[in-house]
Amino acid sequence: MKRKLVILGNGMVGHRFAEKIAEYGGAEKFEVTILGEEPRRAYDRVHLSDYFTNRSADSLYLSPSDWYRANGIRLLLSEPAISIDTVSRKVITSAGTELPFDELVLATGSSAFVPNFEGVDKQGVFVYRTIEDLEKIMTYAKQVSKVAVLGGGLLGLEAAKAVLDMGKESHVVEFASRLMPRQLDEAASSVLKSKIESLGVRIHLNKETKQALGDSSFQGLEFVDGSVLEVEMLIISAGIRPRDELAKNSGIEVGQRGGVLVDDELRTNVYGVYAIGEVALHKGMIYGLVAPGYEMAETLAYNLCSPGQKTKSYAGSDLSTKLKLIGVDVASFGDALGQTEHLPIAYTNPRTGVYKKLVISPDGKKLKGGILVGDADAYSTLLTLYLNNVELPAEPESLIVGTPSKEGSAFGSLPDEAKICSCNNVSKGDLLGAIRSGSCSDLKGLKECTKAGTGCGGCIPQMNSILKEELRAQGKVVTEHVCEHFKYSRQELFQIAKVKGIRSFEEMIRTHGMGNGCEVCKPAVASIIASIYNEPIQKHREIQDTNDKYLANIQRGGTYSVIPRIPGGEITPDKLIVIGQIAKKYDLYCKITGGQRIDLLGARMEQLPDIWKDLVEEGFESGHAYGKAMRTVKSCVGSTWCRYGVQDSTAFAIRIEERYRGIRAPHKLKSAVSGCIRECAEARGKDFGIIATEKGWNLYVGGNGGVNPKHAILLAADLDEETCVKYIDRFMMFYIRTADKLVRTSAWLEQLEGGIEYLKDVIINDRLGINKALEEEMDNLVGTYICEWKDVVEDPEKQKKYKHFVNSEDPDPTVCFIEERGQKRPVDWPKKELVSN
Amino acid sequence: MNTTAKEPVWIPVSAVSEFPEDGGVCAKVYGEQIAIFHFSSRNEWFACENKCPHTGDMVLARGMIGDSQGEPKVACPMHKKSFSLRTGACISGEEYSIKTYPVHIEDGTVYIGIESPGTQG
Repeated sequence: MKRKLVILGNGMVGHRFAEKIAEYGGAEKFEVTILGEEPRRAYDRVHLSDYFTNRSADSLYLSPSDWYRANGIRLLLSEPAISIDTVSRKVITSAGTELPFDELVLATGSSAFVPNFEGVDKQGVFVYRTIEDLEKIMTYAKQVSKVAVLGGGLLGLEAAKAVLDMGKESHVVEFASRLMPRQLDEAASSVLKSKIESLGVRIHLNKETKQALGDSSFQGLEFVDGSVLEVEMLIISAGIRPRDELAKNSGIEVGQRGGVLVDDELRTNVYGVYAIGEVALHKGMIYGLVAPGYEMAETLAYNLCSPGQKTKSYAGSDLSTKLKLIGVDVASFGDALGQTEHLPIAYTNPRTGVYKKLVISPDGKKLKGGILVGDADAYSTLLTLYLNNVELPAEPESLIVGTPSKEGSAFGSLPDEAKICSCNNVSKGDLLGAIRSGSCSDLKGLKECTKAGTGCGGCIPQMNSILKEELRAQGKVVTEHVCEHFKYSRQELFQIAKVKGIRSFEEMIRTHGMGNGCEVCKPAVASIIASIYNEPIQKHREIQDTNDKYLANIQRGGTYSVIPRIPGGEITPDKLIVIGQIAKKYDLYCKITGGQRIDLLGARMEQLPDIWKDLVEEGFESGHAYGKAMRTVKSCVGSTWCRYGVQDSTAFAIRIEERYRGIRAPHKLKSAVSGCIRECAEARGKDFGIIATEKGWNLYVGGNGGVNPKHAILLAADLDEETCVKYIDRFMMFYIRTADKLVRTSAWLEQLEGGIEYLKDVIINDRLGINKALEEEMDNLVGTYICEWKDVVEDPEKQKKYKHFVNSEDPDPTVCFIEERGQKRPVDWPKKELVSN
Repeated sequence: MNTTAKEPVWIPVSAVSEFPEDGGVCAKVYGEQIAIFHFSSRNEWFACENKCPHTGDMVLARGMIGDSQGEPKVACPMHKKSFSLRTGACISGEEYSIKTYPVHIEDGTVYIGIESPGTQG
């Protein structure tokens, strides 16, 4: 019986906690329910102001929409808890649902602190906390021209920037004598203030608000000093107040000035009830930053998932921050304000608007904190020195004057346990491990793998240098970008094409790329478009890879080979004769291929339409041997002829081949069906292979005979034909959607995190909830099949493209053949010596 | 071959409409095979010899065009070696290069500039 774990709050910290529970294998121990008050799933509140410009909640979401389901977590949105019964141990939600719990985690966060002055409830006064708040702000802002932000902290300055970006007059009102009073000293604040003012934001310090002006709607602020600021709208960002009322009403102990009291293991006074994030009061601190909340989430998730192990303690967090405010770098870390015994070293340059301060220990050996305004390049170096308690150089001022080394030799010697990302508690060793495992080869991948760099982002320069250094050490520089023209992977381009309905290369490069494209991205986009829309690829002829462009394989001498489809390798004598006759008519070399088909080689380009006209008339169709596409399905004779066969492998192979013929994929695909375990069709050497059993069919995937031959692995056993086809549909579409360009199924499966077990979960258990979509997409491809060669032989315009010369009917005079074993073959390429004029 | 620089002789090849956009065709010009590319996304035309200097096959006109760091190029269909369409240099770092020709468009006709036609060899 699983324990019931209920999480109250689906903000950044609640979500992180759920992620960590999943990561630590908590799904096996707990039945997890997470309650969110907002109508949407968890999003990145730190970058809320981005919403002003892109208006897209999608880009802020912390996980894909199917994440919760895929991880077995029940998510209830727009349904906050309204009471906690600590005796009968259940939570009651706003919808009246009763949720019994064994463990309860309060991650209810905080609300905006609203100062209690007269008129604060007038129309036109807003708080700045959620996407819904922003939407209200944007709507109301349409009718005003002057806006004030109450609060000169991080969030307030962000809001002021957003106001400026909306084209409004922007004011910041701060109670204290300086901006960002928790992070900056007077000197830093003054540098920042003049920088921000030069950009057009007006700053009012030392202003205690007396009342709001205006009748029903807000018209301005009157301050205690008698001065007045006339603005038509007010955004309050004056700090936070822990959302502790639910805890308080349920008998859970809270601090005098708010916040749920927790110990070093994040436990409240009620057994099995915990608090993390901005609602938690730990050692007298309420942290208004996401990084400490993440640390708490990590600590608690670890402790809950590892009973019997030594528990982790939460020791409090570092309050370092680095931001770009209105284009001005601001960073602060450690004991920035110098509240303990210290020596300050400061550098101010009013001309450039730069201020840097180091707070060092009295003996000059250790860095205790610092502030950087206007130029925060040194931040990641300094933070590392600080967090790892590294001894300072003899002249510590060299760290802030002159040009500090960005990629710092200081890092090379850092121990593996040195903390790099303090938001997510990621060490240098964690980063190296992720890079060395091969699962991430660029910054994006490294962020996904380790979460480092996904908080404040201050450690990104360091991550980059560690990544580069390590890749260099491995002798490689790898990115997932398709090529220089697109900063996207194939998988990303696929999603872009699908979501935006992009149907041409021209549109793709204009909207999401740069330059003119090349032989890498053009065929990749061509393949993506073909996989989504299944139009005749000749419609996009000039972006097709060389073989697709002429619907034939280019061979030595610049001639082509022709491979008609022979499904399952089954062919009548009449058809066999026809192939022979056509080969004779055009003087083609014949060979049985490795995939049970007949290759007709040595066709000149201009002969291709005629050869195919003859083949199509005789009932043959394109074999797609030229495409990164589904090609052939090999078979044995199965139960119809073989004395061992247990199922009709030939019939099934034909069915499979006809179903998937010509479907474009990241690489060529081959299949086979064997009628018994003797495996005469060599099905396990194929991208997907099927082997008959007494009870049905075993489906194997991810094998091939490419550069690194792999045996296919069992995906599912003893299937009936329909289920087998259904699973192949899902498998193929999942591969087509997600594989990188030119990656065959075996390599794709190897790179797939979680490997075959994960694939089984996706294909069989519908872990991602996408199988219906995959099946529909496959049905669409199957239903829109056309023979590409039939399309050409019926259209004289398309046949014109097969002339060798644009201005002459002559064939290429340089093509020569010699005879060997009774058939023709191209002459050898010149050896060693280059061909010269 | 006469290498003194002089104004090329312009040879008409075919109508502009015979050339696919962002693609190439091969033309026969005084017995030579010349690949001509209508690089429409750059609004430029290029011409080079049709022969792959690596294999000797007459296939460059069938190659895909594109750019590398802004340099217009064609990728040979045999092994995807890329050549600058401006200079003929092999961008894939091989030693061989290809000959390029000037292209001129007038009244809907494509012209190739050849030095001393008929006197080569």
